[in-house]
Amino acid sequence: MENAFAQPQNVVVLGGSSDIARAITKKLCAARAHTVVLAGRNQNLLDEAAREALDYGASRTDTVVFDAEDPANARDTVARAFAQVGAHVDLVIVAVGLLGDQTRDQSDVAAATRVMNVNFTWPVAALTEVRNRLVAQGSGRILVISSVGAVRVRASAYLYGGAKAGLDRLCQGLADSLIGTGVSLQLVRPGAVRTRMTHGLAEVPFTTGVNEVADTVIAGLEKGERIIWSPPVLKYVYAVLRHLPGPLWRKVMDR
Amino acid sequence: MTRQRLTGWGRTTPAFADVQRPASEDAVAREMALANGVIARGLGRSYGDAAQLSGGVVLDNRSLGGIGAVAADGVVSVGAGVSIDELLAVTIPLGWFVPVTPGTRQVTLGGAIAADVHGKNHHRDGSLGDHVLEMRLVTPQGHVTVSPTLDPDLFWATIGGMGLTGVVTTVTLRLHKIETDRVLVDTTRHANLDEVMAAMVAGDDGYRYSVAWVDCMTRGARMGRAILTRGEHATRRDLDDATLVPPAPRRLRVPFNAPSGLLNPLSIRAFNELWFRRAPRQREGDVQSLGSFFHPLDGVGDWNRLYGRRGFVQYQFAVADAQADVVVRAVERLSSSRVPSFLAVLKRFGPANHGLLSFPISGWTLALDLPIGPGALPGVLDDLDEMVIEAGGRVYLAKDSRLSPESVRVMYPRLPDFLEIKNRVDPRHQLASDLARRLHLVGE
Repeated sequence: MENAFAQPQNVVVLGGSSDIARAITKKLCAARAHTVVLAGRNQNLLDEAAREALDYGASRTDTVVFDAEDPANARDTVARAFAQVGAHVDLVIVAVGLLGDQTRDQSDVAAATRVMNVNFTWPVAALTEVRNRLVAQGSGRILVISSVGAVRVRASAYLYGGAKAGLDRLCQGLADSLIGTGVSLQLVRPGAVRTRMTHGLAEVPFTTGVNEVADTVIAGLEKGERIIWSPPVLKYVYAVLRHLPGPLWRKVMDR
Repeated sequence: MTRQRLTGWGRTTPAFADVQRPASEDAVAREMALANGVIARGLGRSYGDAAQLSGGVVLDNRSLGGIGAVAADGVVSVGAGVSIDELLAVTIPLGWFVPVTPGTRQVTLGGAIAADVHGKNHHRDGSLGDHVLEMRLVTPQGHVTVSPTLDPDLFWATIGGMGLTGVVTTVTLRLHKIETDRVLVDTTRHANLDEVMAAMVAGDDGYRYSVAWVDCMTRGARMGRAILTRGEHATRRDLDDATLVPPAPRRLRVPFNAPSGLLNPLSIRAFNELWFRRAPRQREGDVQSLGSFFHPLDGVGDWNRLYGRRGFVQYQFAVADAQADVVVRAVERLSSSRVPSFLAVLKRFGPANHGLLSFPISGWTLALDLPIGPGALPGVLDDLDEMVIEAGGRVYLAKDSRLSPESVRVMYPRLPDFLEIKNRVDPRHQLASDLARRLHLVGE
């Protein structure tokens, strides 16, 4: 069970080898996380993340391999992860994502579909099953990694941003649907983060490391913030950016 | 099925559960037979997640009422859902007081047994379990009567057992004879923690009741300045107009949640300053009512709302006399980390009883109210856990909402015995609470 400081004991991470998910998981393990089940695409990376979780204090880890390009496996993937926990699940982190290569993908129907499947359709399918299970439990928390790119979609990343925008908005409605069930959903909107996913891209203002994101997330979990911005100042930056007139927005964001 | 939202008194970690209110022993047994997971709940005064079960069945014990006739020797049988407030309303006019009362009258006897509550007289009279002659208990195996001689293992697993051995339906206990409804109180102010602890060691044995309020926000030479109040029941000879009137119902309420930042270091410091200054430097034989001496906070309903939406945690630990330095170090740790803490309560404990998970052990206990919020708080409390464990002490489960299962195993060395008895009466592990899940007390 989660304690009064929102420190969970049993955690499922979908997209468990993502850098942001790993940074969050480490901090959870240093607190109270006992059992951590990591689901992801690459067994080696999952094993590495699992070892890391144990190093940071988890007592038990397990892994589930799945392919997020195929939403048909989402239900089964969630079921396997919950079965491996084998007890009350306190927190489910949804950190599945694929940045893709916008300039290549935007003219390729299959590639565009793939970006949508991984960033939107698979997570929604998985969230549906997670929701069913947590509501039946009568408690639990869901943490969905969205992006500041979801707030206003840029031309230069409209596939990824658009998929995240869909997920982000859907999750706001999903969060409201959970009121009165004992389950809650919180969104994380990180700005640019130095990860494997963004390696090699030019660094933009307000770029942070994964540990900063994780610290902000841990504090946001405890506060019960519906939307956790990382770094927190982006909440105010985007309050302005989202209302910029189109020409100015394009000039600022798509240089 | 509709689920109800429940929290402990600290208003953290809500649970949604199916709440039933059985009115008889048989009804309790029926609910238990149907439920996968079940826990009893009284007035919800445990601070954390002890009286809730997410997704399970919570049995509200408030319809398990009834107060029997008080025998000439003070023995009375009471329904487990009766509160100390309701019991006192009947027994004070007859000249009987409860043998032990916590800081509030708003607890049920069932809950008081589950926590094996202690009061200002622990150094003399022990905890509530020491005054219980017999209990009726519904377990998944059926109804049983337990006492220190009838299945003593189950009796002492139930005293302080956090409700995990079954649902208590009736309690037979021995009351304490009083002549008046007043207490004669001696109050002294002390400049720091060392001074008040020395005064308590030197003088507590001369008083039935003793407790000190400690200010954890002051630093330096005044660190842990304190107000020590000690008292005795007034006799008829002490007073000109002796009466036996039970405490009046509360007059004030907190009507809504205060903003979360209301209790911040500044406001708490100011409150502590006022509290300290309004106490007399030294006063002897002050005549106080039972209510204002034992239950000062009962005058304000729902005072927990002052802590705002995010709630608060209470941290109460006990260490042996030889480890008294832990009390000092704990206060130092809090005051140096600037984690705001309301007036802390310091008290001496007498010997432990046989309760397997009962909290009190001979020595010292310190209780701290801490608002949720400061990012440092979880880490500071984890550090205090380590200090307490190193000193062979423990943290009070009825107050807890953040311990780890590993810490509890070390703090309560008789936990394996407890789990063995729980397994005997609850082989399918139906009796559970969110606290039991969190601290691995359900059994395997």
